[in-house]
Amino acid sequence: MKTAVILFPGSNREGDMARALARATGRAPAVVWHAERDLPPGTDLVALPGGFSYGDYLRCGAIAGRAPIMDAVRAHAVRGGLALGVCNGFQILCESGLLPGVLMRNANLRFVCRMQHLRVERADTAFTRRYEKGQVIKVAIAHGEGNYEADDPTIERLEGEGLVAFRYCDGAGRLGGDANPNGSRNDIAGIYSEKKNVLGLMPHPENLIDPLVGGIDGRGLFESLAGAA
Amino acid sequence: MKARVTVTLKPGVLDPQGKAIEGALKSLGVAGVASVRQGKVFDIEMEAADRAQVEAGLRAACEKLLANTVIENYRIDL
Repeated sequence: MKTAVILFPGSNREGDMARALARATGRAPAVVWHAERDLPPGTDLVALPGGFSYGDYLRCGAIAGRAPIMDAVRAHAVRGGLALGVCNGFQILCESGLLPGVLMRNANLRFVCRMQHLRVERADTAFTRRYEKGQVIKVAIAHGEGNYEADDPTIERLEGEGLVAFRYCDGAGRLGGDANPNGSRNDIAGIYSEKKNVLGLMPHPENLIDPLVGGIDGRGLFESLAGAA
Repeated sequence: MKARVTVTLKPGVLDPQGKAIEGALKSLGVAGVASVRQGKVFDIEMEAADRAQVEAGLRAACEKLLANTVIENYRIDL
């Protein structure tokens, strides 16, 4: 599988993303500068890493979402190509119109940086086939604007079509209360596009691939992807 | 031509920053504050002199970048 990581000014998790992709696919991703207009030929998966693209100016992900490379990412997604956005990458996917809704300031106004349990909502997508439906995984979160919000018809559509990828939960898989770190509607931590070839999520699975740093629950996502093409 | 674009959150969209400011104003003892909503102001100088042309340009700026119309409204003043 050929992968590419997009580098925006202010991205800072591209190294982690590249490491996770290289480990799972056996091949280092191409790193593509945001001002490029094309993805490397034959790219199967585009990853938008975490960070603070453009210093979060205007709105998180707003300026990156309109960067020259995003037209190529959009065309790739329309063709059914895989795209993954983590944290700031998720914000960029929302701002670019590839995913619906918006990530607002955390409800408690605090930047949250901690370990977080997630419930895998479905295990039949290119991103999650190495997990089980309902499985609880533990990954890291680190964000100030992760409060997922969309209008009621959009939320109903996401829920009705099974497009919620992950929900925040506690260690036992229970939703709500303190298990929701940022006030997201319906405890949404990540969502799929309509064709489930685009995934955006706030948590950082790419940081949980090595036992040395606290767990390997993130590996499943990258191993799922590696098996997808 | 000078223009001012004001971007505000749509009614009903939770505004935690506005709420925090509201709380701070109340704790400062500023009398009569019922509620606060935070927004953004852009002062933009447009090259065109034609009003309709300027307005069309600013509308495009708002739709494409300045406002996220999922959660925000915008107003253009010339």
